Amino acid sequence: MSATELPAWAALIAAVLLILGGLITAIGSLGLLRLPSFFARMHGPSMGSTLGLGSVLLASMLLASVRDGRPVVHEVLITIFVITTAPITAMLLMNAAVKRPKDPPPG
Amino acid sequence: MNALLDFAIGFAQLCFVLAMTFAAIRLLRGPRAQDRALALDTFYVNGMMTLLVLGIRSGTTIYFDLALLIALFGFVGSIALSKFLLRGEAIEP
Repeated sequence: MSATELPAWAALIAAVLLILGGLITAIGSLGLLRLPSFFARMHGPSMGSTLGLGSVLLASMLLASVRDGRPVVHEVLITIFVITTAPITAMLLMNAAVKRPKDPPPG
Repeated sequence: MNALLDFAIGFAQLCFVLAMTFAAIRLLRGPRAQDRALALDTFYVNGMMTLLVLGIRSGTTIYFDLALLIALFGFVGSIALSKFLLRGEAIEP
């Protein structure tokens, strides 16, 4: 880390955002692992891909802006893209899960 | 104050690695194909966030481009998997 001249408020806000984003993402993926059925499992990872990704991107934007001394907002591209595409993926997967035939009985 | 930021970056990376581990376990264990597709979707989002945190840590912008590429190709892959599960083929004639 080359930024020895980062102001304290920027480092504090970015640290809080990073810890929050990491915790939310880990909890969402734990939900993917632990929840009992597929339709319950759809809910967990969407938390990580909206709020967790938003926190990390906000921290990245803040640190890059403070470091360069000008607004650096190109992370907004990833935000817009993921927020646009995550519901499409979820809807298509849910559609596929609803319309697929059941498993044949074992044996 | 930079020690706090370093700790936060390490903590976030640890959390993302943990999340990728959970997604990988679900990917290997998932009872049906849609569980595996969902786990792959989660996996690429977590990998993208790991790259973003790596970019914060190193202070360069090259990781941002990689994260954008992962978002693009991961979306295309998830859509293709979902369409295949839905209709039996990815691109309809």
